[in-house]
Amino acid sequence: MTAIVVSLPNYVQLLYIVAFALLIYGMSGLTDPRKAVRGNRIAAVGMGVALVATLVIPHIGNWGLIALGIAVGTAVGVPAARMVKMTAMPQMVALFNGVGGGAVALISWVDYRSHGSSFGAHTVHLGLIDVHFGAVPTYVAIFSVGAAIIGSISFWGSNIAFGKLQEIIPGRPISLGAAQQPVNLILFVLAIAAGVDIVAGAHSELLFIGMLVVAAVLGNFVVLPIGGADMPVVIALLNAFTGVSAAATGMALNNPALIVFGMMVGASGTILTNLMAKAMNRSIPAIIAGGFGGGGAVAGAEGAGEHAGSVRSTSAADAAVQLAYASKVVVVPGYGMAVAQAQHVVKELASDLEKRGVDVKYAIHPVAGRMPGHMNVLLAEADVPYDQLKEMDDINPEFQRTDVSLVIGANDVTNPAAKNTPSSPIYGMPILEVADSKSVIVIKRSMNPGFAGIENELYYDPKTSMLFGDAKGAVSEIIGELGEL
Amino acid sequence: MGFYVSLAVLVLAGFVGYAVISKVPNTLHTPLMSGTNTIHGIIMMGAILVLGLAAGGVWSKVLIVVAVAFGTINVVGGFLVTDRMLEMFKPRTKPATAVEAPPPGVASSNGAGAAPGSAPTSAGGPGAAR
Repeated sequence: MTAIVVSLPNYVQLLYIVAFALLIYGMSGLTDPRKAVRGNRIAAVGMGVALVATLVIPHIGNWGLIALGIAVGTAVGVPAARMVKMTAMPQMVALFNGVGGGAVALISWVDYRSHGSSFGAHTVHLGLIDVHFGAVPTYVAIFSVGAAIIGSISFWGSNIAFGKLQEIIPGRPISLGAAQQPVNLILFVLAIAAGVDIVAGAHSELLFIGMLVVAAVLGNFVVLPIGGADMPVVIALLNAFTGVSAAATGMALNNPALIVFGMMVGASGTILTNLMAKAMNRSIPAIIAGGFGGGGAVAGAEGAGEHAGSVRSTSAADAAVQLAYASKVVVVPGYGMAVAQAQHVVKELASDLEKRGVDVKYAIHPVAGRMPGHMNVLLAEADVPYDQLKEMDDINPEFQRTDVSLVIGANDVTNPAAKNTPSSPIYGMPILEVADSKSVIVIKRSMNPGFAGIENELYYDPKTSMLFGDAKGAVSEIIGELGEL
Repeated sequence: MGFYVSLAVLVLAGFVGYAVISKVPNTLHTPLMSGTNTIHGIIMMGAILVLGLAAGGVWSKVLIVVAVAFGTINVVGGFLVTDRMLEMFKPRTKPATAVEAPPPGVASSNGAGAAPGSAPTSAGGPGAAR
């Protein structure tokens, strides 16, 4: 295996250090919503410094092509970032993540093919820097090949995740069944074997391409069997992959900025993956092995029949009365609110209630929605002050003092079976204790089970009433009825 | 940098990253993810290095220009979308007091104005009811 090793001039190294200092300082601003905008901008300045430092490396050529790449990327990225709806953020993040992984794989490939045929080590002196072609330290080859494999997995996995979230691909798990695990294992071993061969000095571009393709198939196979409800974990995991692969590229290219920036992303993805998995009470291997549950369109016929209790449905007028005369209301938003784009009417309803002296809070489950923090962003978009958004552990003790819990398009995160039914697939998952409140109104399109495909006992609770309808329509109706009171 | 120095940077950066990101509250996890999209856009610099110093041949150039474009999408798109999102999280001190203020304001302007019938949607409704 051969690769390019660049020794950077001192001033470039210094600029890189400034860059990652700014990055880390900026990122630490994200710990507080009030300082976050500034933090993000400081991190961006760090990014700019790193870019400038790279461009002033002596003997950089191909300026036209560099400009072309930047122009194309800007032409695609700016409109995408401007136009994306907040409800579509999970898809956007998945897509951006994949693009990063793709860049990593491409760099490794070009790095390999540029000099794959030139045997033996030689050094070209270009003023301040030395460019080594030919035999490079083994570690460089290992990291370059590793980056290629992880980058390719991340690119294809993220694209599948995008397809599922955008509903181009069905959200339900698609798998080879029992054969899936052995097939994935074989693919993994194949990719590693090809990588080892390349590191050992095989000069075959076909082998390299083969390795990328095997990793690509693996990326597809890992994400396809994962159900919609597990998406928050998958997105976070792929995020970690892309970060780590970028850091590996940094090791291969001997570039400290790439290493530090990549590791920040790797750390972030790892933390979020763990948080999400914990919030679902599922292990990461179990999720990768393919989840329970269906997608958006699970046949709902099995609904009420077998269940002993009956479901009580209500009208918008009755719901309005119930809410208006409550003293404390907790809104529990879920994916249904995102799908219906109902965040603005939900906020409007909350404001109307507050004007009537009702205390309104929002209960946010960590895995509500399709990515970490999804609900928070939607409600922030609708101008809900973030101190009204309560995390699970803070709000759970308050349900006992709550008159009405208004569940809008959330399902599994409220299911008491997670606490009461050891045989349930979601048993042990921490839930929002909605059933503790004095009464519950559930806004839901139909009796279809949620993404986990599990019956929700909450709906059969005598204090629960169901308001069937699209979240936006139903909430608007309640607002209308509230005006009549 | 030699291997061991690079490895030291890698390991330390991992720990620093873990320490910093652990403190990010749940509320900001979505912007954090789109923010990390920006950050791994640093890969763009790797692509520029390879393109600027070594890429030969048409096919290599095509591939690496795509990599530069991909990286740029991350940097530019990721930053803009994160900035957009974080702006929404800013506590709106002025609009917040404005939320308190409008009902009487709207009501009085309605009173002064000729036609309160089709008053502004949400603020007008309860105001009129009262």
